[in-house]
Amino acid sequence: MIENALRGDKRYWTWVSALGAVVLVGVYFWFRQFHLGLTITGLSRDVVWGFYIAQFTFLVGVAASAVMVVLPYYLHNYKQFGKLTILGEFLAIAAVIMCMAFIFVDMGQPFRIGNVFLHPSPNSMMFWDTVSVFGYLFLNIIISRVTFRAEKKGVKPPNWIRPIIILSIPWAISIHTVTAFLYSGLAGRPFWLSAVMAPRFLATAFSAGPALLVLIMLVLRKISSFDAGKEPIRKLAIIIMYAMALNVFFLLMEIFTASYSGMPEHIDHFKFLYFGLDGYTTMVPWMWGSAILAVFSLILLFNPKTRNNETFLAWACVAVFASIWIDKGLGMVVTGFTPNPFGTVTPYSPTFPEVMISLAIYAIGALIVTFLYKVALSVRARMGQGYEAAH
Amino acid sequence: MSVDRRQFVRLAGTAALGLAAAPAAKLIASQEETASSEVMHEASLPTGEPKTAERWAMVIDLKKCAGHEGCTKCIDACHDSHNVPDFGNDKDEIKWLWKESFGHAFHEQDLDYVSDELKHRPTLMLCNHCDNPACVRVCPTGATWKREDGIVMMDWHRCIGCRYCVVACPYGSRSFNYRDPRPFIDEINEEFPTRMRGVVEKCTFCEELLAKGQMPKCVDACEAGALVFGDLEDPNSNVSQLLHEQFAIRRKPALGTQPEVYYLV
Repeated sequence: MIENALRGDKRYWTWVSALGAVVLVGVYFWFRQFHLGLTITGLSRDVVWGFYIAQFTFLVGVAASAVMVVLPYYLHNYKQFGKLTILGEFLAIAAVIMCMAFIFVDMGQPFRIGNVFLHPSPNSMMFWDTVSVFGYLFLNIIISRVTFRAEKKGVKPPNWIRPIIILSIPWAISIHTVTAFLYSGLAGRPFWLSAVMAPRFLATAFSAGPALLVLIMLVLRKISSFDAGKEPIRKLAIIIMYAMALNVFFLLMEIFTASYSGMPEHIDHFKFLYFGLDGYTTMVPWMWGSAILAVFSLILLFNPKTRNNETFLAWACVAVFASIWIDKGLGMVVTGFTPNPFGTVTPYSPTFPEVMISLAIYAIGALIVTFLYKVALSVRARMGQGYEAAH
Repeated sequence: MSVDRRQFVRLAGTAALGLAAAPAAKLIASQEETASSEVMHEASLPTGEPKTAERWAMVIDLKKCAGHEGCTKCIDACHDSHNVPDFGNDKDEIKWLWKESFGHAFHEQDLDYVSDELKHRPTLMLCNHCDNPACVRVCPTGATWKREDGIVMMDWHRCIGCRYCVVACPYGSRSFNYRDPRPFIDEINEEFPTRMRGVVEKCTFCEELLAKGQMPKCVDACEAGALVFGDLEDPNSNVSQLLHEQFAIRRKPALGTQPEVYYLV
């Protein structure tokens, strides 16, 4: 089965080597970072978490989103998602591995990471986040392996896997909830101190993740023999629409609470994001960009004519993904540190090595998705008509 | 009491194991200790009765401090004795004790109509050794913890450098070693460990000196008598007396962290 990842045409190998090259560049910079310390990043005494942790947070959402194809199929018997569940789980596996890599590169002493298990500290949300993320990876590896083997043999998956699949549904919710708790339980960081953070994280996860899945499906239809079909993509579009609408709704809740109460320590963060604070305006164009993309995507998604048109839907998905990536991958983490505990602004932007290391991790994720999808789709292609007839 | 042969063998075996294990454990423990603080040990033999308290606290008199403009004796004493490096830039900066303006330290206070002098009055910042420390709550490895006498400690050998404690601290009291600090220490104090890159550090109320019966370096170094250190649970201690007589404020009391550094304005 695995050998399918090693067989491919020129286009396949070009793609794989391009990703490999990005990984190599990132590994070089990681060795420099390991040698010199995190001083080569843009992080500082006041802004101690930045691009890495933001990507981790964003990707936990992508990982959790697999539940949006698993849940309708297994709980509501929505057969149309039958061919997608495995692809959703493979995407989750890649996303979780990227999450772990981002944590690894962010640690000051990465090779002491085992201390989290040697000295388990249930009072720390980071302990629970580690447990839930590791558990989620484990669940998805087991589930995808067992169900795909059954599919390959043309038999039903064994009964014992079903409770594990059902468990993976609340587990997916939990990984992003606990990730939100990393932030939302800190008295000293008013920007994150919000009960709506976990729900909003889930809304962003269930819009950005499925949006990525739709885009991958549309690409796969072009470059492979796999066609997800029109109906599942339309259903995913509806999921993306509701989740994105909820995301924007939750954001407006945050803005209302901060601005109507007028409490400086709450409103200052939003001033920094959308108007700039003390003359620091780096985030302003990004955040307005994110807002415009969100509105644009919702217009395309609300209107059934554009939503059911795959070209418009592709644009809507790009807009959803970009809007949420800016919000979570750029704005959310750094704004928690701005202003700092002394009421002043310490600017942060990622450095070149930091961005290259991050790109390498994304490339590793893309390679994992490529290999896993290649294996799955090659097996399915060979089963060919037999598979179609059986389902 | 009759002991059959099997029971006897079992007992003897257990006893032998115990006899063998105890010195082995001791040996391992002593090796670990020397490995972690080799230089510290010989030099820091107790010179006096250890100072103990139920709850250590510090009171800082800002007026007395402001009377000595530009004085950095406490900061120098602290940073020199604790091998705190000087990188010469704000980004990587490590500091255990430093001055902020009153306006920054208490920025959430209503300072619109106070004098410029107060707004800019130098205010010493250090770890608050909170009764309810957020840093300790979030640490995923137990590398930072609160002692019974209230001192918030750091284990630089266990810290994984995740910086969650720095994120959780509402006071900006913690510093992270973004790079190897050793080349940037003017003169290494052999009695105190240096740190490596990738771990978090902060003020520890000079617990290593308290154990030898000495006062914290900063308190000793201050010629203005602006820093007062003592047991808050003892009604006759100097800190208790001061807090009884004068109105003192703490940073961000609304957060529920219960900081134990008090400021007389």
